[in-house]
Amino acid sequence: MTATDTDIAATRRRASGRDRLAARLGRLEPWLRILGLGWSVALLKVALGDSPRTHLAQLWRELVVPLLAILGFLVAWGALAPQVHTSLGTIPGPVEVWQEAVKLHEDARIKAVRKERHRQRVEERNRKLIAAGHPEKVRDIPYTGAPSFYDQIWTSIRTVFFGFALAALIAIPLGILAGLSATANAAMSPLVQIFKPVSPLAWLPLVTIIISAVHAGNEGLLSKSFLISGITVTLCSLWPTLINTSLGVASIDKDLINVSKVLKMDTMTKLRRLVLPSALPLIFTGLRLTLGVGWMVLIAAEMLAQNPGLGKFVWDEFQNGSSRSLARIMVAVFTIGIVGFLLDRVMQALQSLLTFTNDR
Amino acid sequence: MSMLARLIAVTLATGIVLSAPARAGTLDLEKDVVKIGFIKLTDMAPLAVAYEKGFFEDEGLFVTLEPQANWKVLLDRVITGELDGAQMLAGQALAATIGYGTRAHIIAPMALDLNGNAITVSNEVWRKMKPHLEIGADGRIRRPISARALKPVVEAWRAEGRPFNMGMVFPVSSHNYELRYWLAAGGLHPGFYSPDDNSGQIDADVLLSVTPPPQMPATLEAGTIDGYCVGEPWNQVAAFRGVGVPVITDDEIWHDNPEKVFGITAAFAEKYPNTTRALLRALIRAAMWLDENDNANRPEAVEILARSEYVGADAEVIAGSMTGTFAYGKDDRRPAPDFTVFFRRYATYPWYSDAVWYLTQMRRWGQIPEARPDSWYDAVARSVYRPDLYLAAARSLVEDGLAREEDFPWESDGYRPPTRPRDVIDGIPYDGRHPNAYIDSLPIGLKGNQTVRPGGRAAG
Repeated sequence: MTATDTDIAATRRRASGRDRLAARLGRLEPWLRILGLGWSVALLKVALGDSPRTHLAQLWRELVVPLLAILGFLVAWGALAPQVHTSLGTIPGPVEVWQEAVKLHEDARIKAVRKERHRQRVEERNRKLIAAGHPEKVRDIPYTGAPSFYDQIWTSIRTVFFGFALAALIAIPLGILAGLSATANAAMSPLVQIFKPVSPLAWLPLVTIIISAVHAGNEGLLSKSFLISGITVTLCSLWPTLINTSLGVASIDKDLINVSKVLKMDTMTKLRRLVLPSALPLIFTGLRLTLGVGWMVLIAAEMLAQNPGLGKFVWDEFQNGSSRSLARIMVAVFTIGIVGFLLDRVMQALQSLLTFTNDR
Repeated sequence: MSMLARLIAVTLATGIVLSAPARAGTLDLEKDVVKIGFIKLTDMAPLAVAYEKGFFEDEGLFVTLEPQANWKVLLDRVITGELDGAQMLAGQALAATIGYGTRAHIIAPMALDLNGNAITVSNEVWRKMKPHLEIGADGRIRRPISARALKPVVEAWRAEGRPFNMGMVFPVSSHNYELRYWLAAGGLHPGFYSPDDNSGQIDADVLLSVTPPPQMPATLEAGTIDGYCVGEPWNQVAAFRGVGVPVITDDEIWHDNPEKVFGITAAFAEKYPNTTRALLRALIRAAMWLDENDNANRPEAVEILARSEYVGADAEVIAGSMTGTFAYGKDDRRPAPDFTVFFRRYATYPWYSDAVWYLTQMRRWGQIPEARPDSWYDAVARSVYRPDLYLAAARSLVEDGLAREEDFPWESDGYRPPTRPRDVIDGIPYDGRHPNAYIDSLPIGLKGNQTVRPGGRAAG
């Protein structure tokens, strides 16, 4: 046994280990791309021992160019912003916006402390009531202070998902109906075309009045402003799903329809086994569009319905008119963009998970 | 800002250690979760201070302070019960009770402050006004500036065919009446209301319309209005941003005039008497804190108000009117120690004479279409303003050692002594016990049995 034997064995082990990692990376690659981390693939491959030169083009395109573009944008922004004078001061540059973002984070930490104190107060109150013999008066009192920035982001996300879920619930069955039956399609088509272009700001007064009449209280999970914003999101965003679903259902491969006839499938089985799976890619495309539109609509709806989310944050800052307001509004703009991007990526990941295309 | 975070953290830690409420109020309160509305103005300070300094907590109350979009929304939500109470315009409580606008029995068991408003005009109007202003011996403009200096500008506008627009916050707000008072004292007609036409612009030389306070500087900058009367910080904001020039404060129009009240529905006070008393106790303590030690706590109050959940304007701008001076322009800062009074000189006592003044102005401009006897004014004042509730809360504070006996007018019949002529810009004294005589003594406005005929023109 020479020393080299051990080396060879170790090298072979290392090589097979690296091969396994490389294989794993190959399987992960489409997922990383979906999550917007495509630029990391080339880096990881180089880390695993591939020569950088083979991946140079990929690295350049996926990592360096986007970074340069972002840097260029920041520089241009930093240079041009102080040139514009408004009555609220000059437009804030990237540094100011970052400072405000940091302040919002600190503010959220302070609020967390106060929330904890509030919780203790409520516990103390409930304890006293039970001790005095009034257990029926015990209740969980929500925090009385203003929401932190993170609370507002979460409220917006909750609201958009409520609107989105409602939209999907309405649009998918209707879309399937329209896709399967030409008569239904003819009936729905004019209505869809007329209601599709209506702006959320036009729906809002109607929705507000109806909800105010129907929904008495303002407490609990479904506060009025939450419902109003959510339903406005539904009304504006259900159209892409509806249209795409009907399109997807209507364009099933004729061969598949023949299969269902041969197998004498009943309607439910046909729906479950044939129609939905083959229409799923288009349905998902519709859902992605719905979520995207819904997120945009949400911010406007929140501003007017005063739902305590990002839209209200922007509106309040605008009303306050302090010298920090513009920077804070920009923080909100970037947050809205980033959250919208992440939501879209989540939908894309789900789509890849649940559908089959010729690429996979 | 991290210094601020540290300060707040330390205060909270101290509060947790030291917090032992003066009374175990929780068990007595019928309702301990309360929502109070406000508009983003510096005189919501008692509410913010009561929350931040723990006065509400001491009473066992869990209070949510919610900013409202405008005065109409605020009033509607108090009436429907979505808000339990609010910082309110005194005129709203009175108008709702007499049925001008939505009818509801609203009471004002406490006033929130005196003074606190100012009239601002656009830069263009100020330039045209300057030649007509009096300059004092020290080279500075002599104040108070009468609307007589504005009259030539309005007439020049009219010669060009331009309407002269001014903004105020609500048809029954003190700002509306103070603006009208100032204009009328200078010989300008601000317009009548009539039952058929409630724009308030009948026969007007100057057209007044409603704008929510936070939007006023922007509206002035855009040129939609040529001036406005509003509470702080919206005059200082205009001055600091350079979009307008404050011309006169309401303290200069009528020294120590009544301003906002704390409004609740009469039903709320009846159903939740202990809660009402707890709220009043906390707010009185907040008012005392704000004026304590010669306004020593005002800087801290400014920092609280500058938070975006309260007023949100820059601290520097808010401090412009809260800490003893008022800036008429970037370079014209004058001492104004009583620009806003929160507790001194019985500012929080709900005086019947204040209520009667608002009613006389409503009559003067036609919002109350017909003449009423003096007894009517007195009866309305008594049904809306509730010094009995106020004094009960004050008495309990004195008993707990949290307030001094001499700070409250226990023996008063509810009417302030008549205003002295030198405390009013046009020298017309006001005696709340004789409203009709007062109405008849004012220059422009309905008098006696006059009414506004359809199509304009007073008749009677």
